[in-house]
Amino acid sequence: MKTESVLEKVLRSGNFAVTSECGPPRGAVPAKILEKAKMLGDVVDAVNVTDNQTAMVRMSSFAASVFLRQAGLHPILQMVTRDRNRLAMQADIIGAYSHGINTMLCLSGDHPKFGDHPMAAAVHDIDSIQFIQMVRKMRDEGKFQGGADIENPPRMFIGAAANPFADPFELRVARLAKKVAAGVDFIQTQCIFNLDKFELWMEGVRKRGLHEKCYILAGVTPIKTVGMARYMKNKVPGMDVPQHIVDRMAKTPKEQQADEGIAICVEMIQRLRQIEGVAGIHLMAIEWEHKVPEIVQKAGLYPRPKI
Amino acid sequence: MNPHEPFEPVIVAFCCHYCAYTAADMAGTRRLCYPANVSIIRVPCSGKVDAIHILKAFEKGADGVYVAGCLDGDCHFKKGNQRASRRVAYVRRLLDDIGIGSERLAMFKMSAGMGERFAEAATQFTETIRALGPSPIRTAVQQAA
Amino acid sequence: MITAERKPIDEIIEYIRPFQKILLVGCNECVTVCSAGGRKEVGILSSMLQMSFLKQGKPIQILEHTLERQCDPEYTEELVSMIDGVDAVLSMACGCGVQEVARRYRNKPVFPAVNTKFMGASERQGVWAERCAGCGDCLLGITAGICPIARCSKQLMNGPCGGSTGGKCEISPDVDCAWALIWERLKALKLTDRYEEIIPAKDWRNGRGAGPRKIVREDLAE
Repeated sequence: MKTESVLEKVLRSGNFAVTSECGPPRGAVPAKILEKAKMLGDVVDAVNVTDNQTAMVRMSSFAASVFLRQAGLHPILQMVTRDRNRLAMQADIIGAYSHGINTMLCLSGDHPKFGDHPMAAAVHDIDSIQFIQMVRKMRDEGKFQGGADIENPPRMFIGAAANPFADPFELRVARLAKKVAAGVDFIQTQCIFNLDKFELWMEGVRKRGLHEKCYILAGVTPIKTVGMARYMKNKVPGMDVPQHIVDRMAKTPKEQQADEGIAICVEMIQRLRQIEGVAGIHLMAIEWEHKVPEIVQKAGLYPRPKI
Repeated sequence: MNPHEPFEPVIVAFCCHYCAYTAADMAGTRRLCYPANVSIIRVPCSGKVDAIHILKAFEKGADGVYVAGCLDGDCHFKKGNQRASRRVAYVRRLLDDIGIGSERLAMFKMSAGMGERFAEAATQFTETIRALGPSPIRTAVQQAA
Repeated sequence: MITAERKPIDEIIEYIRPFQKILLVGCNECVTVCSAGGRKEVGILSSMLQMSFLKQGKPIQILEHTLERQCDPEYTEELVSMIDGVDAVLSMACGCGVQEVARRYRNKPVFPAVNTKFMGASERQGVWAERCAGCGDCLLGITAGICPIARCSKQLMNGPCGGSTGGKCEISPDVDCAWALIWERLKALKLTDRYEEIIPAKDWRNGRGAGPRKIVREDLAE
């Protein structure tokens, strides 16, 4: 064990892990984050807390993670390189660790143009791969990126994102290899709808033994309506939604679309569990957090192992 | 300007030698009338006309300016008329920026044999400018004098 | 070259409104190449300003001159014979030139007539694109001749990110994904193994990180 992270414990013990996600509120309203925490309760092993997602300002993932930790959950602190330089990042990492947060995700972040402050300067002092290297150096060598010693170094379980559906496809396995070489412990993928493409990527991953060097959590998202399916297919960069999914939603009467979306999601989870190298799922139920317990239960993943 | 004299627009027309100027010639030979307001400046190609030539014409008191070149695909120098079109569009924006008005500048395309077209364009443009009134520069220049 | 674009005319008019006679000075180098502030553009701007002020009943006198460069004291010295006769200077050079003129003629107000944009190259006639960010530690040798700092929207040194779509950046279908370009070049040069070498975190002290920069050549400086 590299850390005290519950997620690490679940994964190392060979259990199929379940993580989910919640976005902090757009204001100083801790009650909202705690409400989401309650919905997720004991049906997940750990919860991602997003960091100014889509470049929209929200309560910092650090603050929101502290609230979750205090409520007894296990937050995965997401941090983007867009908004902070390496000093601020390392400061936040030791700060978060001091609050009992021991799992984090190293990301680049969406471009400011998508958010509510397109006029802001993006930082990108380091990129996500250099970020992973930095956190690993803090944990394993007990040193800051600049070389000085850290008093009580943060033992973070280090995660990153992977997108098998972005271009160029031929690079996507190599990109994971780079993150593994940098020291990543686990990765969460972009939500999967195109199972064929995902299996192709996993083949490449397995060929290089990358699934044995890091834990791969497959991303899934339940679709609420046919409109949402179309939006994700056409408007979101790096997302691959096959036509047969859109058609399936379109054929379903409006009042039943939500249930159909859940059914598709549960089927996807069951199929992903069969794929060699998939160590768990990352359930992103955007603005639908209250459905997470139902999905986890229907997929046969409840109760969560008590470790 | 004498308020008792009706406004007579001063129009400067840059005409390319191969097409527009020849069309003007043809209009003359065929006795097709076009307004005396139009002063023709012959250029080897409409693409020879640059932004500064057009601006200087307005600076010196022209009420309206147009550039006349060959039909698309027929330019003797291949793409001169296309360049002229783009430049005219550019200068029209500059004229809006300084409050002179893009309507006072136009681009016409015609072949060497289109005498009627030349006369028509000259007449219509003169009337457009007559309706717009004198250019604010011409008014200011005359007031200063 | 350094690229620039003329400022909106209203902004320029406001700068020079208080003055009767101005010196409008262009530059024969970068801003000429990108058609923003060379001899031609000086003539056009001068004509526009004169017409604009004439229209308002307040004619302005404009002395036009174009220097070989405005970023060298030897050239800005040429203005010494013209400067006393004017109330202000309007420079069409990039920020470097404007500042050099302001430094030399510190008793005259100096205004910029262009917005300096970026260091770039010509893609084709009339189109210039950003190429160099002046990071001070060029890594073009490792990235197959394409700069990830200037051309990647997130200046990733180990890209591409997950938003790269069809060879284009997530911010716009008109912007190439720099890392897609780098990958194609690595393939063409048969250097694909290089992709997995991690480029370490950058030392920004070579760039703007250590404050305004200066180069001193001891063999050349007296």
